[in-house]
Amino acid sequence: MREPRARFQAVGQPLPRAGTRRLIAGRGRYVDDIALPRMLHAAFLRSPYAHARIVQVDLARARAAPGVLAVFAWDDLQAVVRPWQTRSAAFPGLVSPPQSPLARGRSAWQGEPVLVALGETRAAAEDALELAEIDWEELPAAVGLERALAPQAPAVHPGLADNVAWSKETLGGDPDGAFTGAALVVETDVRLARMTGVSLEPRGLVADWDPAGQVLTVHYSHQMPHQMQAHLADFLGLSADRVRVVVPDVGGGFGVKMHVYPDEIAAIACAVKLARPVKFIADRLESLASDIHAREHAVRARMALDAQGNILGFDVDHRHGGGAYSVFPRGSPVESSAALHLVGAPYRFAHFRGRLKIALQNKAMTGQYRSVGHPIAVVVTERLVELAARARGEDPLVLRRRNFTPPGATPYLNGAGQRLFGVSHEACLQALERLADLPRVREEVKAARAAGRALGFGVACYVEMTATGAEAYGKAGVPVSAADSVSLSVELSGALRCAASVTEIGQGVTQAVAQAVADGVGVPVERVSVHTGDTAQVPHGGGAWASRGAAIGAEAAWLAARRLRGNILAAAARLLGADEESLELHEGTIVDPRGESRLELSELAHIAAFRGYEFPEGFQPQLSVMHHYRRSKDLFLPANGVQAALVEVDLDTGLVRALKHWAVCDCGRVLNPLLVEEQLRGGIVQGIGEALYEELRYGEDGHLETGTLAEYLVPMAAEMPDIAVAHVQTPYEGSSLGAKGAGEAGAAAAPAAILNAVNDALAAHGAALKALPITPTAVLEALGK
Amino acid sequence: MKAPAFRYARPESLDEAIALLVQHGTDARVLAGGQSLMPMLNLRLLQPSVLIDINRIPGLGEITPHAQGIEIGAMARHAAVLYSREVAQAAPLLALALPHVAHLAVRNRGTHGGSCALADPSAEIPACALALDATFVLRAAGGERRVPAREFFRGLYETALGPDELLVRVDYPRAQAGWRYGFDEVARRHGDFAIAGLAAAARLEGSVLREARLAFFGIADRPILLRAASREEARARIEEVEVAGTSVYPAAYRRRLMGVLLERVLRTIAK
Repeated sequence: MREPRARFQAVGQPLPRAGTRRLIAGRGRYVDDIALPRMLHAAFLRSPYAHARIVQVDLARARAAPGVLAVFAWDDLQAVVRPWQTRSAAFPGLVSPPQSPLARGRSAWQGEPVLVALGETRAAAEDALELAEIDWEELPAAVGLERALAPQAPAVHPGLADNVAWSKETLGGDPDGAFTGAALVVETDVRLARMTGVSLEPRGLVADWDPAGQVLTVHYSHQMPHQMQAHLADFLGLSADRVRVVVPDVGGGFGVKMHVYPDEIAAIACAVKLARPVKFIADRLESLASDIHAREHAVRARMALDAQGNILGFDVDHRHGGGAYSVFPRGSPVESSAALHLVGAPYRFAHFRGRLKIALQNKAMTGQYRSVGHPIAVVVTERLVELAARARGEDPLVLRRRNFTPPGATPYLNGAGQRLFGVSHEACLQALERLADLPRVREEVKAARAAGRALGFGVACYVEMTATGAEAYGKAGVPVSAADSVSLSVELSGALRCAASVTEIGQGVTQAVAQAVADGVGVPVERVSVHTGDTAQVPHGGGAWASRGAAIGAEAAWLAARRLRGNILAAAARLLGADEESLELHEGTIVDPRGESRLELSELAHIAAFRGYEFPEGFQPQLSVMHHYRRSKDLFLPANGVQAALVEVDLDTGLVRALKHWAVCDCGRVLNPLLVEEQLRGGIVQGIGEALYEELRYGEDGHLETGTLAEYLVPMAAEMPDIAVAHVQTPYEGSSLGAKGAGEAGAAAAPAAILNAVNDALAAHGAALKALPITPTAVLEALGK
Repeated sequence: MKAPAFRYARPESLDEAIALLVQHGTDARVLAGGQSLMPMLNLRLLQPSVLIDINRIPGLGEITPHAQGIEIGAMARHAAVLYSREVAQAAPLLALALPHVAHLAVRNRGTHGGSCALADPSAEIPACALALDATFVLRAAGGERRVPAREFFRGLYETALGPDELLVRVDYPRAQAGWRYGFDEVARRHGDFAIAGLAAAARLEGSVLREARLAFFGIADRPILLRAASREEARARIEEVEVAGTSVYPAAYRRRLMGVLLERVLRTIAK
């Protein structure tokens, strides 16, 4: 088949998302909108203690409560579901005991599900749980990061010699030599508090076991339907083809909805046990207590430079509070391991030492939240860069420019083992200088300071490793797919129906896929419908994670589209008696070399469906294709960019206000700038939340003190600055579309940009901050007030 | 979480509401705008057996100006008070404070009386009532009694309201010539409960403070009124207040904010 030069018409255009019209009109169908006949509602009694033994359980009164069908403890469920244990060849020796859907005689974190009640209504189920009687014996808890790792700390689980979940040391080059011979060594310690994703729609599902057909259907607010299909089959002892996972409209994922949660598995097990549909919707209290948490890192890092201001290397000592278990299936070390190895990623350096220790704690599990690990590495790196520039008395942008990894396709392997290619730091920084009108911003800061206001400007460069390849989880023995599949057919109307293994979770990936299909085949984008999320309807693939929708999902769609285009033209040529090479498909019409319309796609579809005898003898038109795509080289696609923040610090109250934010992103070819820009803005807002507001605080006894949105502060629209965005495009050379990931880049650099801006404002007052979130009391303390 | 089951009563008159209060006493909760009560029910922090919905009682939401002041009915929504020209004239402090009360959606439902009867120590309106020396009108089966603001707020979510009494309105004296008003609060995000706030009424001669009623909120178990005849006295009074702190916002920080707010509000007033 010849491959004519692709013409991009829809690809690259800022087309509004077709799917949002339905959502805006209130026609969205989220999992809580689904009600099945005979459906029960699950509510959980969760451990009030961080660590406690269950001495005795008396469920008699709870089970007698009106409107309640059942109240179960772990013993009641173990006949239908088995526990699971997080293991990964990527993290050899990882300590994470088996987890069960309900606590087995002991709870290891506050919020751990202990009992489940199934009621005619959620309220009835909650009423019943108030009647459950549990005798608890509180056990000593290991809570704080340093205290959990201290020699005499209470064991998070019985029998453990210490609370180290996993540790590693990694070396690149000759760090000792580099630091000994350095002209300048700068050092910082940075802390990032626990936080979580706070998707607008919480976790939830409706599980429906059909004992007659022996089929389990789970309507699931999730990022990875195929992954859950495999896990559910495994835990419930079913063949995976007997498990159907259907993802309806999803109100945000951010990494929260890609794991296995005990409460969800318990609810599904109840549906199987009772042979009645069961709904479980986490409320906000449950979300904050039991969604995966992220962060809780304490990093001590040093950077060595030579006399010319070239970065020689990094020495990083990294501690991470992992929680009571390692999240299944990926493992909690993913975040800190990524953070460790991403230190210094925008810059050339040859020498690296990294030490990582992950603590078990009697707290909720930590997992992979948007931009996994990157924000930590960017905070550490960009803080060190600022310190070095200050120590050298030079403009921090000059120091950055001197050290940027080179552009171009030739990979650069840095001391920490990162393979970087196709990056464009200098071009992005120049674009930022234009976008922000840097001289004007500097004037504004100067003028405000002269008037007594504490303005600050901060910059953060970043690399975002996107679109993870199969070797990462495949070689770790973790069944997370890095491939995507697409089935694509011509419908009788001439429209195209695309079933894709990417998951639409509100990020708009279906729009990007539609644009790729439209151009790949040669139809108007309005003629493409994209369907996702149902394992019974869409082919197998990875779903939504690692900013992979454009780079892998849309690439799969493009390749499917090119094949379908070939099939269409082959069929048309047979029908028209024309040379296949001479035909083109344009805006849904088959045209000859002069551009004359020869055949409508809808007519071709009709002939294939109803009058197939019009084709030459023996020819069978193939107006459907299935295409599977896995990138066969480059484990990650490095996207890169730079962000800048302008902030004002109130020196009397300690409050910080974000005044303006700028972002330049190079995510390869931009399939739809609107999608990329809104992904960036959303990520930046979450990054500002991380920098200024969000903190999951536990008391010393392991009690979560920020259990509602009154205490856990999320960024709100009123406080958010205008966010200006510009693009630099360095298409990935190893794919047809050339797209890299864009979904997480906003979150990667915003915290560091804000921290650097605040420290710029405080520098004139001799103060500096190194912990996120930046609280007003921390600001005043730094100022000595 | 979902609220536990409760019985629901929707009286059509004040007498009927009060009869229900008499009948159920402390087992009952009065539902006005529901902006705090409903979350508390859903969090199962409160488990009343009866909810008495006073939304349908005629006349309870009226705002009535008169020569001496203005009466604000208990069911007057924050938005109605905020956008009332009569309130802005008679009690300008309320107009300054109300934009700080939560967000638009909450202000559309939340009520003046509800905010006072709940007595959240971080709430804006109780502090305004205190600064303006408002009077709370409480209705019981035997008739009405009038309680001055300084006696109404008794502690954390504690007021002078008896279990068989209903707050029917708040009477504000008309702003006097020579007095000016200022309001400010410190919060991490707009619409949050304040870490500390100040509702102030002050009489100035030129730019010199002669008399001030300073109601600080968010700093103790109830709004605290400081009276001062000079800026210096006000500063000294702040040092005497017993300020409550938390691990996130310690007492020393809140006391500091009281000083910052005093300076900022007085500066605005003097403009």
